[in-house]
Amino acid sequence: MRHSRSRRTHDRTRYRTRTPRTAVVLAAVAALAGGALTGCAEDSDDPGTGGSSGGGGGGGKGKTTLTIGVFGAFGLQEAGLYAEYERLHPDIDIKQNSVQRNENYWPALLTHLSSGSGLSDIQAVEVGNVAELTGGHADKLVDLGKTPGVDKSAYLGWKWKQGTAEGGRTIALGTDIGPTGICYRKDLFKKAGLPTDREAVGRLWAGDWDKYLRAGERFKAKAPEGTAFVDGATGVMAAVHASGTQKFYDADGKLVYKDSPAVKEGWDLAARFAEAGLTAKLQQFQPSWDQAFANGSFATVTCPPWMLGYIKDKAGADAKDQWDVAAAPKPGNWGGSFLTVPEAGEHKEEAAKLAAWLTAPKQQAKLFDERASFPSASAAYDLPAVKDAKNPYFGGAPVGRIFSRAAEGVPVQPIGPKDGIISQYLADTGMLGVDQKGTSPDKAWGRAVKTIDNALDQ
Amino acid sequence: MDLPSDSRTAVAPAPAVATARDERRRARRSRRYRWDVRFSPYALIAPFFLFFVAFGLFPLLYTGWASLHRVELGAPTDMEWVGLRNFSRLLDDDFFWNALRNTFTIGLISTVPQLLMALGLAHLLNYRLRGSMFFRVAILTPYATSVAAATLVFVLMFSRTDHGLINWGLGLVGIDAVDWQNGDWTAQLAVSAIVIWRWTGYNALIYLAAMQAIPHDLYESAALDGASRWQQFLHVTVPSLRPTILFTCVVSTIGATQLFGEPLLFSQGASPTGGSDHQFQTLGLYLYEQGWFNQHLGRASAIAWTMFLILVLIGLLNWAVGRWIRKSA
Repeated sequence: MRHSRSRRTHDRTRYRTRTPRTAVVLAAVAALAGGALTGCAEDSDDPGTGGSSGGGGGGGKGKTTLTIGVFGAFGLQEAGLYAEYERLHPDIDIKQNSVQRNENYWPALLTHLSSGSGLSDIQAVEVGNVAELTGGHADKLVDLGKTPGVDKSAYLGWKWKQGTAEGGRTIALGTDIGPTGICYRKDLFKKAGLPTDREAVGRLWAGDWDKYLRAGERFKAKAPEGTAFVDGATGVMAAVHASGTQKFYDADGKLVYKDSPAVKEGWDLAARFAEAGLTAKLQQFQPSWDQAFANGSFATVTCPPWMLGYIKDKAGADAKDQWDVAAAPKPGNWGGSFLTVPEAGEHKEEAAKLAAWLTAPKQQAKLFDERASFPSASAAYDLPAVKDAKNPYFGGAPVGRIFSRAAEGVPVQPIGPKDGIISQYLADTGMLGVDQKGTSPDKAWGRAVKTIDNALDQ
Repeated sequence: MDLPSDSRTAVAPAPAVATARDERRRARRSRRYRWDVRFSPYALIAPFFLFFVAFGLFPLLYTGWASLHRVELGAPTDMEWVGLRNFSRLLDDDFFWNALRNTFTIGLISTVPQLLMALGLAHLLNYRLRGSMFFRVAILTPYATSVAAATLVFVLMFSRTDHGLINWGLGLVGIDAVDWQNGDWTAQLAVSAIVIWRWTGYNALIYLAAMQAIPHDLYESAALDGASRWQQFLHVTVPSLRPTILFTCVVSTIGATQLFGEPLLFSQGASPTGGSDHQFQTLGLYLYEQGWFNQHLGRASAIAWTMFLILVLIGLLNWAVGRWIRKSA
């Protein structure tokens, strides 16, 4: 039933070798086009003839190859989940297509979705983009809420909601989330006369971002030469934005970023951090940021679980046991992804099953164990792989418990289709100028708003 | 044509049937030959034109069509007619004018020094010197380097901190570290530096090729008249190179108008705004931002067509200058 397309074309061209060369070329073109146009379903009448034509001892029965499109180092493959699924389902082959950056992955996915071609059987989607799918493209994606084995109650409510379109079709299953804590350097805190125990550090700023700023001022008064309290103002701003109940859109999907309290609080607080000289003036995920981890030139950074591995990589073995992680003033969510199954796919049913399996609590716990991607399925939090997880690099911090608590405290925040664009412009054409160039916050705000309005205006 | 064949059948009427068949065959063959001569060249050059139609002309026309519509990346088939609105809104789009201004200034401060240096380098390479082949290959290597790789190195060199190579060098002579990326002029200078580094050798080789076509007698007679090397360069080399210089000017101007990779990567791919103040956003970058980041394909198409029209204008200007040079020469 599942003869691969390539083998069919091969047979067909060989059959014509006696005809003149131009005819062979034409036949090859026709066979390729035919092979591309006819779906798998039409291959079902082939096996009888296929046996007699003798395919040259090909590898026995055909397998279904499922393709998964992801961005960056997504982790599913690295955690061995594909290999495990292939072991459980010998007739399935999984192939991953990875694009390094989501900025390149996402526009391509959008165009492929609207043309209905060039899609993988499963497509990963970043949380910043998922609202655009549920808002305008839900009909092009399979309703995964109805897939056997998917249990809504196993997921965090807000994550489930993010992947669900207005009519109740759940088109995106959550993989990981990014509940935030604050990673801090014990050695720098000690030199500055601040507590170093993670519970005490958490109490230092519990419940209030203003207390975080005050801790920074205390740090600065006695800080070692050449060190700053946080990496940069844009990071502080994003953390505050993430912890509010309303960010750029209200519950009705109306754009409210100019008057949203959380946006204003984040902007003002980040600007105060910049003006008080508490930042190392860095832009996140740039080489200079990586370098600052290695040099230990800032003391705190807002960190979701996935960043712990990043810090370990960049800060290196020398900083082992210097870093620790405490609760954030108010937890928010930073990052995380979803899996979707396009309607245009050839193997929708198998793909939906695979997506359901990959996002089931047990697999999410494994992904956390191997790759520190934090489960979006709250049912996974009681599994030993999460509950008892400790991070040896971060002084044996009980990261499973810390981030579970944060995940349950993340506010239900409406996300909108242009969240990604708005937050990037607020940072890159707004707060970054305040932090790095010393632009006045008012002027920078005006500039960011102008850029955002230009970007959102069709 | 008919006359000679008629006369031949008249001379030998007996094997008339055979000759007639022969005749037909010959006629067919000569017709085939004529067709071959006439049409084969078209078939041979057809691939280029087919590719041009598919990947050059069609996108150009389609972009023009899209520029008259509101089209979003999320739903590219869903087009809404807006007439010239995408163009008219560019008139009071500050970001567009900013990008146009940046494109112009970056183009100027990269093209002028680049061509002057290329001319000088070519002149030096034109001397008889040992290992000239090595030097010729060496000056072409920057051109063969990928923009991405080169720009990443330049980003490190122009780093804001004292660790950056350039700021470190400035520190040695007692100048404070410069925040290259955040200053308006410093950022444009840095981007220009990448362009200059990459293209100088390429232009130098073009100049060199043209210089070697200059007859040696001219130099000899100039030397007999007592002209120094510098005077020879000024009065023999440069006038002979005029068409070549014009050519490199045109090519560099087109390149500068489309400048994209260097400024995009100079902000380390953070976002296509060209710095927090759009201080080094070029037209190419703004086009990319509108189309692929803000997802407005219609507006991006309008920018693309405006760039195209600017290039047509530059082409016309160049044609006029070329004619003026030929006349005055």
